[in-house]
Amino acid sequence: MTQQVRRFEHGSRVPGWDRAADLEKDPALVPDPDSTLVPAALREEIEAHMADYPERRSAALPALAAAQRVHGWCSPEAIEQVACVMRVTPGYLESVASFYDMLETTPVGRHSVYVCTNISCSLCGADELYAAVQEAAAGDADFNVRAFECLGACDIAPMASVDGVYVGPLTPADVPELLDDVRAGRSVLPEKQLARRLVADPRANTREFPSHPAEGGA
Amino acid sequence: MAAAAEVTGRPILLFADIDEPGLRTLEVYARRGGYESLRKALAMTPEQVLSQLEASGLRGRGGAGFAMGKKVSFLPKGAMDKYLVCNADESEPGTFKDRELMQKTPHTLIEGIVIASYAAGVNRSFIYIRGEYALQAAMLDEALAEARAAGYIGEDILGSGHSLSLVLHRGAGAYICGEETGLLDSLEGKRGNPRLKPPFPANQGLYQGPTLINNVETLATVPAIVAIGGEQYAKLGVETSTGTKLVSVSGHVKRPGNYEIELGIPSREIIYGLAGGPPQGREVKCWFPGGSSSPVLTAADLDIPYDFDSLAKARSMLGSGAIIVVDDSTPILDVALKVAKFYRHESCGKCTPCREGTNWTVKMLERIASGEATPMDLEIMASVQEHIIGNCLCVLGDAMAMPIGSMIAKFREEFEAHIESARLARGLGGAAGSDAALAAQGAFSEHPETQLAHRGTGDQAPGAHEGAPGTHRGGA
Repeated sequence: MTQQVRRFEHGSRVPGWDRAADLEKDPALVPDPDSTLVPAALREEIEAHMADYPERRSAALPALAAAQRVHGWCSPEAIEQVACVMRVTPGYLESVASFYDMLETTPVGRHSVYVCTNISCSLCGADELYAAVQEAAAGDADFNVRAFECLGACDIAPMASVDGVYVGPLTPADVPELLDDVRAGRSVLPEKQLARRLVADPRANTREFPSHPAEGGA
Repeated sequence: MAAAAEVTGRPILLFADIDEPGLRTLEVYARRGGYESLRKALAMTPEQVLSQLEASGLRGRGGAGFAMGKKVSFLPKGAMDKYLVCNADESEPGTFKDRELMQKTPHTLIEGIVIASYAAGVNRSFIYIRGEYALQAAMLDEALAEARAAGYIGEDILGSGHSLSLVLHRGAGAYICGEETGLLDSLEGKRGNPRLKPPFPANQGLYQGPTLINNVETLATVPAIVAIGGEQYAKLGVETSTGTKLVSVSGHVKRPGNYEIELGIPSREIIYGLAGGPPQGREVKCWFPGGSSSPVLTAADLDIPYDFDSLAKARSMLGSGAIIVVDDSTPILDVALKVAKFYRHESCGKCTPCREGTNWTVKMLERIASGEATPMDLEIMASVQEHIIGNCLCVLGDAMAMPIGSMIAKFREEFEAHIESARLARGLGGAAGSDAALAAQGAFSEHPETQLAHRGTGDQAPGAHEGAPGTHRGGA
């Protein structure tokens, strides 16, 4: 149930190189709005995103993310709905969805636990942490446990992003409580959330120099 | 202008008030002098603001270190659709400074963007934030709503006649989207593949229009520059690396975190003085001065001043300002493997040297780990790195080749010892007569995936073709 990012044998992100194309099939066209059902809230959100940009295609990422929130993953149905609202082909959206790590192209558990296993976190024990999370969540289909590249929180290494909430530093001993918090719908390990952390620099929050505009300097 | 004597003590620009409760709200930010710089800038002409930025000597904080003022001046003048994009796709391993700024003082970034857009004559702007930064994106959303309501973004800002739209765009997890042209493609709703340059984004960027792309920290520094004046800012730091810089220190240090330093202070002061150095009883083995893409330095390099040119002279780079410290308890092979695997995962696959080079490097490092390698593999690996550098549309491949190349050059003995001991542990015998041993064991028999790749390319192992492998490599 934990999944590695699917790759072509050579390790590239180019999808489809490892499966044969069905040459008999016609390419999917832009879905017909009359026969494609799109939940009203999703349609509204996608249309709002499209209005933000000079070109509607720019809304592809936010639109796919929105559809993923509704459907749990970028399923053919989800992609069909986005394609219908954006007036693009499903193939185009699939090419986009398969490029990005956070867009899921297979069904996954509804709670994501991304354990950072990049260099700084691994120096601080992330590989052991990842193994512990994998083991503890094994068999629970609600969890989507993944080893993730640098999440940008090396100051709380080793860390994980649990449904988007950064927590750390974690030890394997924290894992049962972490998963229990998620299962119970509680805030995850509140004491270890990044949001509460102060800047490490002891000189931060001083205003010795240069004079600040509020003090009428310069 | 203040006298030089005032430039003493401990300059703190970006981190002043950073943990002030509620600083991320407009109310507190404004009370602490927020948006005063914007008022000051709008009272000047765009040319005057630009000259302040140029006088400051501010160099880009995202990695390349290009002069910010110069970048702004590259944008063509005149009325046309021009864009400003803030690169908040902070994904360089070891880097977490932009996260701190966006989370704690999002209005500083917004103010910087509005001032920069005024100087550059831009009316549309975007912040491309990495999708993983959900908390920071939510805080930016709130701050943007406040700034819009207060008239700092929108039509005719503060009666100046300058208008700016600002859209927050969330990425979806891809390191390559931190590369500026990959970012532009991603922002246009495509796969994040880098583009051929030239044309450079300043001429033809987002939606084919002239585009200014700057890092979060660079833009967040702009209000401070306007507040104190470009010349005054240039007195901070050293001649070619002016100002203060946020440094993210991580890995084997006692106090990991973000520190605001004046550029040019000894690296030792950051690693030991601020971050506390490695744990008790351990020594610094090597350190990345600017994220995992920068060539590693060793304990012997700790006294190098931390600034753009001094680090470049030491054959490394300041990069994004992320120091990763590795202590002497860690085998260099583990570090190299982590780094190489990351770039393999993140290679977009567009350019062959990067796609294949990152993959082969990982495979060769795994051979070393499993005891199937010979010292010749080190030469091949070094040669693969050489063949990546400069041969791709972007520098993602280089970003693996540079640190891996530096590790092979600086820790060759350790790699060789590892090869020898892993071979012995596997019962393959020492490395003597290695070429024959390699041929006898059928170099690629162990990994089915390697076989497949081998068959697929219809070629020999990298480096096995024409000329002795590694002969291009003369040390570092």
